[in-house]
Amino acid sequence: MQDKTHSSYKQLEQKSKYTNMFLRWFLYFVLVIFALYFIFPLYVMVVTSLKTMEEIRQGTLLTWPSGLNFDSWLVAWGGRGYGAGDTFLKPYFWNSIKMVVPAVFFSTFIGAMAGYVLTKWRFKGDKWVFLFLLFGCFIPYQAILLPMARTLGVLGISNSVIGLVLVHTVYGIPFTTLFFRNFYVSIPSELVKAARIDGAGFFKIFFKILLPVSTPIIVVTIIWQFTQIWNDFLFGSTFSFGEAAPIQVALNNMVLSSTSVKEYNVDMASAIIAGIPTLIVYVLAGKYFIRGLTSGAVKG
Amino acid sequence: MKTLKIEELSKNFGSTEVLRKINLEIDEGNFLVLLGPSGCGKSTLLNIIAGLETINEGNVHIDDYNVSKVEPKDRNIAMVFQSYALYPSMNVRENMIFGLKQAKVSKEKIEEQLEKVSKFLQVDALLERKPSQLSGGQRQRVAIGRALVREPRIFLFDEPLSNLDAKLRVEMRREIKKLHQQLKTTVVYVTHDQTEAMSLGTNIAIMNHGVIQQNDTPENIYNKPSNTFVADFIGSPSMNLIKGNLKESSNKVSFITHGSNIEIPINGYDFKEKSNLDNKEVYFGIRPEHIFFKKSNDEDFEINLRADLSEYIGHEQIMTFNFENQEVLAKFPSTVKIDLSKNTKLFFDLTQISLFDAKTEERI
Repeated sequence: MQDKTHSSYKQLEQKSKYTNMFLRWFLYFVLVIFALYFIFPLYVMVVTSLKTMEEIRQGTLLTWPSGLNFDSWLVAWGGRGYGAGDTFLKPYFWNSIKMVVPAVFFSTFIGAMAGYVLTKWRFKGDKWVFLFLLFGCFIPYQAILLPMARTLGVLGISNSVIGLVLVHTVYGIPFTTLFFRNFYVSIPSELVKAARIDGAGFFKIFFKILLPVSTPIIVVTIIWQFTQIWNDFLFGSTFSFGEAAPIQVALNNMVLSSTSVKEYNVDMASAIIAGIPTLIVYVLAGKYFIRGLTSGAVKG
Repeated sequence: MKTLKIEELSKNFGSTEVLRKINLEIDEGNFLVLLGPSGCGKSTLLNIIAGLETINEGNVHIDDYNVSKVEPKDRNIAMVFQSYALYPSMNVRENMIFGLKQAKVSKEKIEEQLEKVSKFLQVDALLERKPSQLSGGQRQRVAIGRALVREPRIFLFDEPLSNLDAKLRVEMRREIKKLHQQLKTTVVYVTHDQTEAMSLGTNIAIMNHGVIQQNDTPENIYNKPSNTFVADFIGSPSMNLIKGNLKESSNKVSFITHGSNIEIPINGYDFKEKSNLDNKEVYFGIRPEHIFFKKSNDEDFEINLRADLSEYIGHEQIMTFNFENQEVLAKFPSTVKIDLSKNTKLFFDLTQISLFDAKTEERI
């Protein structure tokens, strides 16, 4: 390549400039296509929820609603106000909140504690404990349904929010432990040694030294657990019914039990309502997540 | 009374033996350096002294008191770590007083200690900062400060300088030396860096495979290494170990390397035991800095060797010579011009040599 003249380099430079430009535009094109593809179902849901049944029947999926009509949202949330057979989300929404908050809290806390013990303290059989916990991550939901139903029955908390809290906490522990273990592995054990020499005990080291630097992994765990538990249908539908059901189960009942006409607008509004909390968690926690990542630098 | 005494200490992790029958003593105010390659057990030994690791056999005494089963916080020690191990969520002040607060020391006393130490280490302007806002050297100082406020009987340092860049490391080394001169506290210091060990220690214990190879003053470690491991480990480049045999005739001892007829007279050598020397297989040890290009004293032995390689490193050059197919390295000032592939007249300073038994690898 030594005989390349100055002008041929110029040509190559021009050529690569055009190639780059083309690739860039192609990239944007692909990104836009994907964005549209992903936003399409949401668009249909929102638009449909704002239409009246009349509009739905006359227009197509994509037609813009005639106005901002939140009636179907109100129906989805609070019902129509007549007695029997009127299913609406409000009570089940609170069921889900009552289930998800303690379940996320306990599973995260226990996971943090377990991750701390598994990484910073040596005890006989610690490798086995970790292995079994890992194994817990691979057990399919369906496999634990029967033993869990029996357990809840024996404990006398079947068909209750407390029962669901227990199920989700137990099922979540392997995952949360794994998250925290992998995070704490990266934190130098010398911190724990220093604290031990300074006279801090087991809990003090955890609460004063490790927990304050765990923000990023706490947020990750909360997002994960919240999404899992809020969106869970199988445990909810198996271990609860009627009044104690979480929102996803209620949503299912609502959509399936409509007797006369399918009210697509109410169905769509309900589905959106059921999805909103996870969205909020992502938006709120995501911000803290990034902040936690950048400020949590342990080593320089 | 020994400040620190370790008796017959053994430690294993599962089936791997990490420390074997370690015996060590330190007098008040001494600076002991544990030196060795990675994996030699030096850090484990330090952790055991601190009480962070359990012992399988043997005992650790601090001030004649058996602390083998005493908690780290009650051993009257303080430790400085390689990664500094500053608590990331606390500022410098909180970091430094954390231990005192745990020990329920009175507020006034804590403030007094903090002020004294932070002034002494010149970190008093940094008290409100978080560790992440400090430079490497500052973190190091704070870590030392956190150890100092406890006023321990023994300071433990676990490779405290290896995270610093080369220039800062030399500075901090001097500061630690000064600190020790001023405070005269007993120190146990772990490092794999021989320069650090030599310049800081009043005593150096060289470890390999969980055994202390030699525990001596830096001078003796350098001049009279007790075995080939120590001879090889200390010095840069390390000591030349030339394999050969001893020859003893009419009370004269000399060294002959294989395949050569050059007899190096070693009558002046201080043998540990002057018997059965004839025909003994040995290593003849001479440091690169004790080979000269002109006569240095009357004991010098003149020899002609072929120069094979020259490594220029600024203030000096390292020359590789061929001595009956064994490499011999020598250190010369970089101003000396020596032609490669030609025989060069060299002088071995025979007052500085070491001899090792080729079988046991021990000094004879």
